[in-house]
Amino acid sequence: MAELVWIFFSALLINNFVLSYFLGLCPFFGVSGRLDTAFRLGLATLFVMVITVVCAWALNTFVLPYAPYLRLISFILVIASTVQFVEMFIKKVSPALFRALGIFLPLITTNCAILGLALFMTNREYGLLQGLVFALGAGAGFTLALVLMAGLRQETELSSVPSIVKGTAMNLLMAGILSLAFMGFAGLFSAGS
Amino acid sequence: MPSIPASSPGGGSGSQGSGVADGDWERVQAEFMKGIWKENPVFVQVLGMCPMLAVTNSAVNAMAMGAATFFVLVGSSFLVSLLRNFIPRQVRISTYIVIIATFVTVADFTLQALLPDIHRELGAFISLIVVNCLILGRQEAFASKNTVKHAVADAVGMAGGFAIALLCLGSVREILGSGSLFGVSLFGSGYEPWVIMILPPGGFIMLGLILLFFNWLKSRRAHWLQSLDKLGEGAR
Repeated sequence: MAELVWIFFSALLINNFVLSYFLGLCPFFGVSGRLDTAFRLGLATLFVMVITVVCAWALNTFVLPYAPYLRLISFILVIASTVQFVEMFIKKVSPALFRALGIFLPLITTNCAILGLALFMTNREYGLLQGLVFALGAGAGFTLALVLMAGLRQETELSSVPSIVKGTAMNLLMAGILSLAFMGFAGLFSAGS
Repeated sequence: MPSIPASSPGGGSGSQGSGVADGDWERVQAEFMKGIWKENPVFVQVLGMCPMLAVTNSAVNAMAMGAATFFVLVGSSFLVSLLRNFIPRQVRISTYIVIIATFVTVADFTLQALLPDIHRELGAFISLIVVNCLILGRQEAFASKNTVKHAVADAVGMAGGFAIALLCLGSVREILGSGSLFGVSLFGSGYEPWVIMILPPGGFIMLGLILLFFNWLKSRRAHWLQSLDKLGEGAR
């Protein structure tokens, strides 16, 4: 149990996917312009991450011991097609949920955070339960970083900054400071135990 | 998707069959040079940020990553442009991904066999080259529409520009963050390293500063051209 709690908080705060592993930077800078969009994208990513873990676990257990060189190709193809199936299913069952999350799903499938999650899970030899907790932590951490960044960007929209700083350069500097703040969480567990 | 480059002095892919040899060679050179400077994937188009920030905490890691990306991009551009008439439009993206993933697997295993230390340090980031938007972007925007010669020139230019940018960022971060370059100490023992530069926040901040510098150069150049125009009008 303690291990599961550690996996969750480690993925959520200490080793945040965006701010310390640099995974999923494209949506982090691309879709963090507005708070509500950022939040919905975060939730959709969390959802895809859970599917990813199930796929990766199934592949790791049943297929890849016989053909380790197929790891990358099979991860990408299986994750992408499973997400496509789930997308169709949601569209049929709950159109409201589809409108809220659906448009992001095809974008997310070829995101480095998703493949990174599957690869980290394989490298660390997590089982299904550990993997699910890892996915929840990583997805929540991604949402947290995205929402924080969107809030910061909305604040800076109205402030006057020199024209050469505007755009990507300022976003990167803000992300740097945010990442600096998250480094403070590194002492969270060593201090407790 | 990245902005699709329209630079083709030869006038598109249709003219290549009848093209003069000199003009064709010039176009190959132009395709090569645009990736290095004018459309540099990192400094101008800001593509492929994940691997760039994660592995540039030392110059050696940056170089290994640059070389691996070079191999994958050139190899897949070659294959995609070779097969461009056989790939059905509807499944083209999946086909590109399978081709790219194959080359990445080769690069991954090669690096693991030849340089196990660096492979361990780069970890999953070599495999993550698959989802580098730069590579898929070049297949979709360029290699799938052009002849093998031009596609390879374009890929060499883009991958070269990417590797140069990685090396710049990696060298600056290593010099500031550990006071050394390629593992050779530069400033002696009296130097207090800026540890933050080799940690994740340093990556964001350094790339932000470099982009700032490029913006400044661009605005300086625009300013300079403007004053030149004014001078010309005054003389008339």
